[in-house]
Amino acid sequence: MLSQWYHQYGEPGVQQAVKRYARAYQRARVSVQWRPGDYDQQIATALLTDVGPDVFESVGGTLDQIRAGQIVDLTDAIGSAAADFNQTVLATMTYRGKIYGIPQAIDMQLLYYRKSMLAAAGIHPPASLDELVAAARALTTPDVKGLFVGNDGGAGALGPTPLYAAGLELLTADGAVGFDDPSAAVTLGKLRTLYADQSLLLGAPLDWSNPAAFTQGLTAMQWSGLWALPHISKALGDDFGVLPFPPDGARGRPAAPIGAYCCMVSSRGRQIQAAKAYAKWLWVDRTDYQQDFALSYGLHLPARISLTLQENRLRTGMAAEAVRFATEHGWALPLRWTDRSRVALQDAMTRIIQDGADPAAELAGAVLTARAELDRVRG
Amino acid sequence: MQRRHLWFWIFTGPFVIGLVVFSYVPLIWSLTLSFFDAHNTVTPKNFVGLANYAAVLKDPAFTASLGTFVLFTLFIVPATYALSLGLALLVHRQKFGRAFFQSVFFLPTACSYVVASLIWRLSIFNGVRFGLVNSVARAFGGSSVAWLSTTHPPLYWLVIVTVRLWLQAGFYMVLFLTGLTRMPTMLYEAAALDGAGPGWRSFRHITFPQLRTTSVAVLLLLTISAFQAFDEFYNLLSNSRGYPPYARPPLVYLYYAALGQGQDLGIGSAGAIVLALVIAVFTIVQARSFRLGEKHP
Repeated sequence: MLSQWYHQYGEPGVQQAVKRYARAYQRARVSVQWRPGDYDQQIATALLTDVGPDVFESVGGTLDQIRAGQIVDLTDAIGSAAADFNQTVLATMTYRGKIYGIPQAIDMQLLYYRKSMLAAAGIHPPASLDELVAAARALTTPDVKGLFVGNDGGAGALGPTPLYAAGLELLTADGAVGFDDPSAAVTLGKLRTLYADQSLLLGAPLDWSNPAAFTQGLTAMQWSGLWALPHISKALGDDFGVLPFPPDGARGRPAAPIGAYCCMVSSRGRQIQAAKAYAKWLWVDRTDYQQDFALSYGLHLPARISLTLQENRLRTGMAAEAVRFATEHGWALPLRWTDRSRVALQDAMTRIIQDGADPAAELAGAVLTARAELDRVRG
Repeated sequence: MQRRHLWFWIFTGPFVIGLVVFSYVPLIWSLTLSFFDAHNTVTPKNFVGLANYAAVLKDPAFTASLGTFVLFTLFIVPATYALSLGLALLVHRQKFGRAFFQSVFFLPTACSYVVASLIWRLSIFNGVRFGLVNSVARAFGGSSVAWLSTTHPPLYWLVIVTVRLWLQAGFYMVLFLTGLTRMPTMLYEAAALDGAGPGWRSFRHITFPQLRTTSVAVLLLLTISAFQAFDEFYNLLSNSRGYPPYARPPLVYLYYAALGQGQDLGIGSAGAIVLALVIAVFTIVQARSFRLGEKHP
């Protein structure tokens, strides 16, 4: 008997689907556990014990788990199929040449805008961060805010996305901090302008990941996930468009964060080989299930390039736009970007956006923390 | 004699075992972890001496969390004390409907912190135009306010403090009512003969001093409860990406450092030990200043 854990997906039907996949596996019985609540914390704690899952999904925070030997190397399970997976996402699961997780389906974030509201205000979809700031200001009325990037003003939901839009990155290819640059402060200062202009929707009952504020007309533009697209499409018909985060500065480029829940195997499990075989069967061999999982419950992109290319539903309309953003502008959190670095940058961004703190000084603090963390994980 | 020993252990044994297993063992384990690099492990091998203590004391987020906690305690303890005493005095003077008001004010105590925080966050103090407080403000010509996202002025404190006052005041009111009921009426009769009628003077010279024992108990309980503050902070201010860098009490800091994705149990344990020492000092100072344990005439 293998035990497999999933976090609680919001889309209806996922739980039944994953149980159906597990039942179809012939070589072992698989018990699927659906875990509501703070899933990442549950996994982190369960991996310390012998009663955790054999197979589980996880996103982020895995470098210390890999270094502590809690996760099994899946390089041989994924085998030659590795080349067919989205390489940006696969890189976030690769440590010292070994792959520790099989990407299940790709999620991405993007900017939704209400076409009718922009047209009424005589505004074109923003093509730069400056245009986004100006559009949000112009679209704000006593009842409708211009932009919703999360109840905290964007520090959590946007995270490092504006830095990528400024042509920077969190960590460079040679493993150094990639945003120790004056343009980072300039870009983050513009997020402060959005907040100070009172163009941002704050304190919505449902946060950025849910499209309710956008579909209810509380905001003209919202940063949310691709997963929300079917719901928005149903609620608003054709009255919306999608954009990546707009570029900023001379080296700017559009930015679209992508990420994936990946299937992993616990090294504390009693049947590691059986667990690896099951992970391979489900997320490498059974491309029909991968297709069903990505596209039948909300909208996600298949983790396999070949599946994305052959899927008709991703060739037209907004879904095709999203595929293009993910391919051309997609970036993912690097494996060496640890939780402490993430918190340091997010705290700095919150202070810049909400308190009006000096962006350069705040970023300098985050750079120091990130460097210390890089030194720690290098050791 | 042997029989008495047997019964002693039958009655106290389960509690002693519970205390050892769930308090003393984790305490000693935590103390041990605080001297190790314990990323993602509870059985670490890499001894780091006092490095975790140095790191946690140098971390501005931790020192800020201690500041948050002191600020919160300095406000919430006197505020809850005054409100619950005020309610008790009002209810005590009621001739009719006393049991009714007593129940009404006590009822919130039965509500969970999590549920109350969600109601405060999603309904009463949400930041959009249909939030309860914002609807009232707009009816009077005001505009919508993002209560939990405004740091200048720090409006989030209003939300945090009101939810705790609502939840706690009724319970401490009952403690004060018990104290008031036990008070001998002849003291007031004697005061009336001396010319001190009901009102401020008899409160100042009779009621308040007579409530000393209750007051000390209430203040101690309130302080301990402020130390344990977590639920309403977490449920009001956390989001799927973490917790903002303001109004972050030590337990929330430690939760994210040790139990969140960070899983740095060494830092978490060092922080917990520092916090325990702070609480110990605080409690000793408070006990000394209340002259707790001394005999009073």
